[in-house]
Amino acid sequence: MSVMQALDLRRRSASSVPPLAAGKPAAVPVAKLIDVSKCIGCKACQTACLEWNQLDQPIGYTDGSYDNPTDLTTASWTVMRYTEYEHGDDLEWLIRKDGCMHCDDPGCLKACPAPGAIVQYTNGIVDFISDNCIGCGYCVKGCPFNIPRISQVTSKAYKCTLCSDRVVVGQAPACAKACPTQAIYFGTKEDMIAHAGKRITDLKSRGYQNAGLYNPPGVNGTHVMYVLQHADKPSLYAGLPDNPRISPLVGVWKGVMKPLSLAAIAFAGAFGLMHYVTKGPNKVTEHDEEKAAEVAGSDKA
Amino acid sequence: MTAHTKPVSRYTTAARINHWITAVSLVLLALSGMALFHPSLYFLTYLFGGGQMTRILHPWIGVVLAVSFLGLFLRFFMLNLWNRDDTVWMKNLGSVINNKEEGLPELGKYNAGQKLVFWGQSILILLLLGSGFVLWDTYFFSYTTIDQKRLSAVVHALCAIGAILIWIVHVYAAIWVKGTMSAMTRGSVSGGWAWKHHRKWFRQEVGKS
Repeated sequence: MSVMQALDLRRRSASSVPPLAAGKPAAVPVAKLIDVSKCIGCKACQTACLEWNQLDQPIGYTDGSYDNPTDLTTASWTVMRYTEYEHGDDLEWLIRKDGCMHCDDPGCLKACPAPGAIVQYTNGIVDFISDNCIGCGYCVKGCPFNIPRISQVTSKAYKCTLCSDRVVVGQAPACAKACPTQAIYFGTKEDMIAHAGKRITDLKSRGYQNAGLYNPPGVNGTHVMYVLQHADKPSLYAGLPDNPRISPLVGVWKGVMKPLSLAAIAFAGAFGLMHYVTKGPNKVTEHDEEKAAEVAGSDKA
Repeated sequence: MTAHTKPVSRYTTAARINHWITAVSLVLLALSGMALFHPSLYFLTYLFGGGQMTRILHPWIGVVLAVSFLGLFLRFFMLNLWNRDDTVWMKNLGSVINNKEEGLPELGKYNAGQKLVFWGQSILILLLLGSGFVLWDTYFFSYTTIDQKRLSAVVHALCAIGAILIWIVHVYAAIWVKGTMSAMTRGSVSGGWAWKHHRKWFRQEVGKS
């Protein structure tokens, strides 16, 4: 796992990124592979995430399930989601580690209005730069996975960083390091896809005909991928989107609307100016004043 | 002999103050909104004390505008009801734009263009207020789904652009038609202006005194 990489930028919210200097190669794309079939639901990954990132998840309330906390929060950047899947006489416990998927085409970054508040490194990791974040919540609207959470205290958005600070020095993310069953792998995306292939072959040989890799093409693939026993039905896994993509509404809002709107405003201004220059002002004449005086006078008489 | 009537009163002091509160809020909203709408205009956030402050202030200015505009609406909506003369006026919009108003019906306090500005802004501000609450995460995040927020973002941006375009028409008309501005600054217009542009209203006004 010693993929040494500099954190060069590939994308930067609300700004353009100059291409890398000539001769400087982009970092190798990395990925985290979560093998749901090997997860025992121990939550070591959740704990490791809290510890490494020095997060404090306040003690809350249980809703009677194993999900604890019950949802992602500004402190809990990853949460185990437990699903009891009954089919025929069989009961399967599907345990999915939820968190940022690090989309190759990140909707949060596309939606973000603050320059540099969301960045994507050349290795594929999508990171929130809190210093530039204005707390508007547009990332929440852009995300196809419902991941970012806005703090009521700091008014900043938070989510999994894929331990970009560890990855940059050649370490695997804290969750991967802590996992006792090696259900979480980390490496180059290419290696992770190859490894997933072996796991899927194994699962298929054991009766999971629909086992497969979750690397959704709708967001151009993700840098966090799942091996699913039932890859034909991702939504079984606590509502994992079957075909995630950036909402077309966000596409319109952050796409054609921006240039068209400015063009419309510029056109309206230019039209006004040209009208004044060609047609001139609409002036009250002496004749109008006289007629007015006449009417006013006759009324008074 | 130059016969000049005394100025004709068009807006009360209260109506003018009401108008200018609305005007200032609308300009501030347009600037702060555009700052968050297009990255090239993000520098406008500096006018409001940075990105976070712009995000905090924008919805509150929106509340001021909504309340203030409601005042204008209640003052003027009766005078902005559409009538047959307005339809005739709209059909002759070309002549109006060419500074040839002669032969058009005598008008009350507002012409069809002004009425369209009035109703356009009324509808857009209502939509902006509704979608604005959906986007105001600080207080209203939990009341709507993310899909509703996405739709609201598009509606909010579309309506805002519409309102800015209408605002440009409104301001330009006041620049183009000379003698108009004093109505909102000092509250009165010249007799000639009233005769030329709003003859029916002028006759009513002189009839009163």
